[in-house]
Amino acid sequence: MTINWFKFASPAAFYPIAGRLIPWFSRVALALVLIGLFWGFFLTADQLGGSNPQKEYYRIIYVHVPAAWMSMWLYLVLAGWSAIGLVFNTRLSFMMAKAVAPTGAIFTFLALWTGALWGRPSWGTYWDWDPRLTSELLLFFLYIGYIALHSAIDDTRRADRAAALLAIVGLVMVPVIFLSINCPDPNQCAALHQRSDPGSIHLSILIPMLTMTLGLWSYSFAAVFARLRTIILTRESDNAWVRDVIAQETTA
Amino acid sequence: MMEFFSQGGYAGYVWGAFGMTFGLLLIEVLQLRSSRKTTLTRIGRLLRLRAPRQASTGADPQRGTSGPTS
Amino acid sequence: MKARQKRLVLVGLALVGVAGATTLALSALQSNISYFFSPSQVMASEHPTDAVFRVGGLVVKDTLARQEDGLTVHFKVTDNAAVVPVSYTGILPDLFSEGQGVVAKGRIGTDGVFYAEEVLAKHDESYMPPEVADTLQTAHVDGIVEQTTGTNTPRSMTQ
Repeated sequence: MTINWFKFASPAAFYPIAGRLIPWFSRVALALVLIGLFWGFFLTADQLGGSNPQKEYYRIIYVHVPAAWMSMWLYLVLAGWSAIGLVFNTRLSFMMAKAVAPTGAIFTFLALWTGALWGRPSWGTYWDWDPRLTSELLLFFLYIGYIALHSAIDDTRRADRAAALLAIVGLVMVPVIFLSINCPDPNQCAALHQRSDPGSIHLSILIPMLTMTLGLWSYSFAAVFARLRTIILTRESDNAWVRDVIAQETTA
Repeated sequence: MMEFFSQGGYAGYVWGAFGMTFGLLLIEVLQLRSSRKTTLTRIGRLLRLRAPRQASTGADPQRGTSGPTS
Repeated sequence: MKARQKRLVLVGLALVGVAGATTLALSALQSNISYFFSPSQVMASEHPTDAVFRVGGLVVKDTLARQEDGLTVHFKVTDNAAVVPVSYTGILPDLFSEGQGVVAKGRIGTDGVFYAEEVLAKHDESYMPPEVADTLQTAHVDGIVEQTTGTNTPRSMTQ
């Protein structure tokens, strides 16, 4: 059992596996996103009611929440592979971490962007130094810092290790974002984000939101694996198997 | 139809959010494709340059040197 | 040696960039939190008199009054212990309504009125279609009435 895992952990073994998985993740992502969009736009109420009477702009929830979740989840993945790479000194883990970072940065930017466009009509501002907004911005800086640090160091092994350390240190931000909701009495705080729990979101809104989340999650797998394959080829270009792969894939 | 696109007058916010999301993801996909293509051709060229030398010397090939002395 | 120095500078810049951005964001967050006062604190004169600060709480029911120019509004903000009158000229956010949470940024005048430059609305995290929200509301009508009277007579409630 363990032997199998280590076999998959070699770049040469994982390269074709990733290649076979990408089309499936892409298809699942496309299907789920289309279902989520259709559901969110055509099968839900145009406006909310009750104590939170938001208008059509509440639909930004279908991209905002999934993007914010993915930004945090991908950071956990980034830090996780960084830690595994530092501890076990496995090449593939560092490549995995490097492949995750750009997609994570994109989702973090999207969480901030969609949040700004949602905040303007509902709260009355594009930006506020709300704890959650601030910590999400810091997460964006961390992704950018990881990418910048990695590309600033020419030696790959050093770059991997230095950037991995930054990723692990930055890990402290994820629980901060997650917990940076309001103090117990929401009317005595400056924070604009409120405690969210799935029970207070109606199923007709929750289901398309979760569908979109799964869709973007699947998309992330496809995008990260695609980037990982390019990284593997670049880094392993001295190995014989890469020659066969190149010969095969440039003629095909 | 127009009603759908206007989103109750919040078209700029709603489509701005969805447009940026799927626009950026599309750009990422295109970027990944093009970088894969350039990587394949770059490594292919590198290997072709290296192949005859490797056959004659049998030593570990030098990596990344762009101008080989012939 | 030169390449290594260049690398070191780049690494340094990357780290300084992250550290600088983090410091800026944290200090902004810090000032955002430290310049926030509840109506009780304002009534106790704990707020700065010569600086912009924020006050937050619930908009007291039936206090929203639009002035004759059509843009200036007066309303009262409470934390269920004290009340601060607020004056604001501008367009209120969509979710602003009586009984809901707000955060106002501005300074307090000599007349004890808080002159806001910016008013932000809060919302709770219930996302319900109108028809469902209506059924929920009728089911909990007693609770709602209790809350309404509570905010109308703020001093009776100490929470």
